[in-house]
Amino acid sequence: MQTLLEMSGVSVTFDGFRAINNLSIAVGEPELRAVIGPNGAGKTTFMDIVTGKTRPDSGRVVFGERQVDLLKMSESQIARAGIGRKFQKPTVFDEQSVRDNLAMALKNRRGPLSVLMWKAGERDRARIEALAEEIGLLARLEDRAGDLSHGQKQWLEIGMLLAQDPRLLLVDEPAAGMTPAEREHTTDLLKRAAQTRAVMVIEHDMEFIRRLDCRVTVLHEGSVLAEGSLDHVTKNQQVIDVYLGR
Amino acid sequence: MSDTVLMPARRRLLRENPSVTWFLLALGVFTLVISVLSEGLGVGLVSTSMVKILGMTLCLCLIAVAMDVVWGYCGILSLGHFAFFGLGGYAIGMWLMYARTEIVISDSLARGTIPPTELELSEAVAAQIFGVVGTSELPLIWTFAGSLPFQLAMVVLVPGLLALVFGWLAFRSRVTGVYLSILTQAMTLALALYLFQNDTGLRGNNGLSGLQNIPGLLHVPQAVLSVWFLWASAFALGAGYLLFAWVVSGKFGSVIRAIRDNEARVRFLGYNVEGYKLFVFTLTAVVSGIAGALYYPQAGIINPAELAPIASIYLAVWVAIGGRGRLYGAVIGAAGVSLLSSWLTGGGAPNIDLGFYRILWTEWWQVLLGLGFVLVTLFAPKGIGGLFDYLVRKR
Repeated sequence: MQTLLEMSGVSVTFDGFRAINNLSIAVGEPELRAVIGPNGAGKTTFMDIVTGKTRPDSGRVVFGERQVDLLKMSESQIARAGIGRKFQKPTVFDEQSVRDNLAMALKNRRGPLSVLMWKAGERDRARIEALAEEIGLLARLEDRAGDLSHGQKQWLEIGMLLAQDPRLLLVDEPAAGMTPAEREHTTDLLKRAAQTRAVMVIEHDMEFIRRLDCRVTVLHEGSVLAEGSLDHVTKNQQVIDVYLGR
Repeated sequence: MSDTVLMPARRRLLRENPSVTWFLLALGVFTLVISVLSEGLGVGLVSTSMVKILGMTLCLCLIAVAMDVVWGYCGILSLGHFAFFGLGGYAIGMWLMYARTEIVISDSLARGTIPPTELELSEAVAAQIFGVVGTSELPLIWTFAGSLPFQLAMVVLVPGLLALVFGWLAFRSRVTGVYLSILTQAMTLALALYLFQNDTGLRGNNGLSGLQNIPGLLHVPQAVLSVWFLWASAFALGAGYLLFAWVVSGKFGSVIRAIRDNEARVRFLGYNVEGYKLFVFTLTAVVSGIAGALYYPQAGIINPAELAPIASIYLAVWVAIGGRGRLYGAVIGAAGVSLLSSWLTGGGAPNIDLGFYRILWTEWWQVLLGLGFVLVTLFAPKGIGGLFDYLVRKR
C-alpha cells in the first residue's frame, strides 16, 4: 500500500474560527478509512480542502505518485485527476433519469465539444448497466432520479462516484437516513470499492463504522486526535472525553 | 429502453423531442399560407407591412429560443441578449446603407461629364451617410462596409466575440444569479449609451436607416422582398430550432441542465462549468446576432434605442410567459406577446370608452403585459407551454 493523498500542516480560518488546525493526514491506495469526530471537528472542511472547494491558509496537499499539488487546481481539475466526492445530503440531478445521471458521471472526455458529439457506445451502456446493477437500480434506469427513495438516491450518488472511476472516494455520511438493510448494502458497496481504491468515509454512526472494519481517524478541533483501529481509538481517554463521553 | 438507445441520432432527436417535428411542420405551413396570401406573390389578402411584421416576429422567436437555451436550460438569466441582436443588425445595416448609398451616388455622379474617381466616390458616400452627424469622413469601422461577405462575417463575429470576452470575465469570476443579470443589463446599457454618441461612427441616435432597400435587389418591389425575407426568417428559425434542439438533447443538454440545477455538484463531477456556460452564452449570442441581421432589413431602421435594457427584459418576459426549458414555449411567448403588442399599440384594437374614462391600449398595453407576467408567474410557473404538459398527461 502506498500513500495516495498526503495532507500536511494544513490550517484554515473562517472569520477567526480555526476550522482546521495544522492537520496532517495520509491515505494509502487501496485503503478504507473512516473519519469520525464531534460536530465542528473539521470533517467536512477537510473534504472541502481536498476537493478544492475551500483554499487553506497554509499547508500542503499532494496527490498521486507524481505528487500533484491539489491546492493549485480547480474543483473540476481535481475531480478529473481522480478524486470523487459524495455529499452529506444526496445530491443527484432530480429532473433527469438515473441513466442520464450515471452517463454524466461516466469517465469520458469532459470538454463541451466532446460532450456535444458524445454518443453512448456499447461499452458505455454496458458500464452504466453494470453500475446500476451494483447499486440495485437496474430496473429504475429510465426513472427520474427525483422519484427515488432517499436511500436509493444515496446509492445513485455512490454509483455516480464509481462511474467517475476515481482513485480516491470521499464519502460524507453515506448511511444517514437509511434503513438497516440499506446500510448493509452500503457497507458492502464501500468495502468492495475499497479493494482497488482509497475510500474515506465520514460517519457519525459507530455501528456503521464497526461494520466497515477499517482504520479510524478521530478529528477534534481541526486536527487529528487519534488514529488506529476502532477498538484502539475508543479506548483512548482523550477520545472518550471529547466525543464518546457525550 | 434499448431501442431508443440504438436508434440513429437524427431519428432519436425527433422521437425524443416530438415538438421539433410539430414545430417545423407548423412553421412550414405558416410560411406557405402567408406566402399564398401575400400581396407580393399571392392573392393579396395579407398586406406587405403585415408580412414584414410576421417575418420580424419569426426573428424575435429565434432570439427567444436562444434565450430559452441560455436561461431555461443553462440557468443563466441573461438580460443583455438584445445587445447581440442589435449588433447583428448594425453589422448588416452598415453594408446595406453603404452599398445602397454608393449605388445612388455613383448613378448621380455618372451623369456628370467626367466619371468620378474611387476617392471622390467614397468621399461622397461618406458625406451622404455622415452628414447628419456633422462629419464627412468615413469612420475606420466602415473600411470594409462595402463588402457583403465581410459584414456578414461581422454579424457572427462581433456578437460572438463580445459574448466570449464578457462571458469569460463574468463566468471566470463565478458571477452568478442576479449579479450576472445585473451585469448583462449594464453591458447592454453601456453599449446603447455608447452608440448614442455621435462620434462612434454609427450615426449616433439617428442609427442606420433605409435598410429595407437591398442593394442589388433595388428593382424588386418591397411586396416581393418582404416574402423573401419571411422565407429567410422562417428558414433561420427552423434551422436555429433544430440546432438548439440537438444541443439540449443528449449528454450536453444533460450537463447544462445539471449546471442550472446545481453547478457546484457538476464541478465535482469533473466538468469545467465555466467553459460550458461560456459555450452556451456565446453560441446563443451568435444566433441572436443572426436573428438581428434578419430583423432590421425588415424593420428598415436600427438605432441605439433598440439595445436599451428594456428590450432584453421583454425577451425574458416572453420566455417566462411562453414557458422555460421547452423551446417551443419561447416561440409561443415571443410570437404571442409581440404580435399582441403590435396589435394593441398599432391601433388595431378598439379603445374602450367607459364613459368616465377611456382605455387607450397604447397606454394600457404595458399594464396588461405586466399584469400578465405577474399572473403567469403566480399561477402558471411553467408558462403557457405548461398547458401542453397538462393536455398530454390528460390524454
